[in-house]
Amino acid sequence: MHVITNYLTGILIVIGAAFALVASVGLLRLPEFYTRMHAASKAGTLGACVMLIAVAVYTDDAGIASRALAGVVFFLLTAPISAHLLAKAAYAAGYPLWEGSVHDEMPPRAADKDD
Amino acid sequence: MSGSETFLAGAVTIALGLLCISFLVTVYRVVRGPTLPDRIVALDMLVAVALGFIAVIGIRTGITLYIDVAIALGLVGFLATVAFARFVLSRGGDREKNAAEGETAPSNPEVKL
Repeated sequence: MHVITNYLTGILIVIGAAFALVASVGLLRLPEFYTRMHAASKAGTLGACVMLIAVAVYTDDAGIASRALAGVVFFLLTAPISAHLLAKAAYAAGYPLWEGSVHDEMPPRAADKDD
Repeated sequence: MSGSETFLAGAVTIALGLLCISFLVTVYRVVRGPTLPDRIVALDMLVAVALGFIAVIGIRTGITLYIDVAIALGLVGFLATVAFARFVLSRGGDREKNAAEGETAPSNPEVKL
């Protein structure tokens, strides 16, 4: 049994760390704030959640496992809310979209009225 | 040391290395900016990387008390991002846009708080 959990835990933490690395590379390489937010809030959240699930798989204590899973649920609930709030605030404050963006479904801002 | 334990120790080392690279790249984005929301998103990402560090260190050392710290850190990160979003909304983006484009852009009158 411990053999299976050891292998599963190792695979899960490497997957989670790889997701965190992909998210940070996206944060580095993507052109502007809105696209960077996609990378950080999706891949970053998934990486942290997969690593917490690895703790829940690894431990023998049901209390620790349930706390780790509660942390996963909490993080999955809050990360989209904070990302959405931040994106709406930045859009309302007038931060421009990347010039390569093809579509903007939000209502026009005061700063964009002239085009 | 059995084969599975060796595998787990190697996986922990690899994960710590990947997380270190990820942390440094995210810190570069915090320092570089160029706008305030970029830095806020990078700080949010730093919280996620710190959660990953806590999980990996918890597996490596067996001190699973860190999981409680992870939950509290997730809460603090969420509240900090929400507060920063309110700050961005109330301050507006004029200053950085002027610095980036060298022209005066009108602020949105609806977002004055």
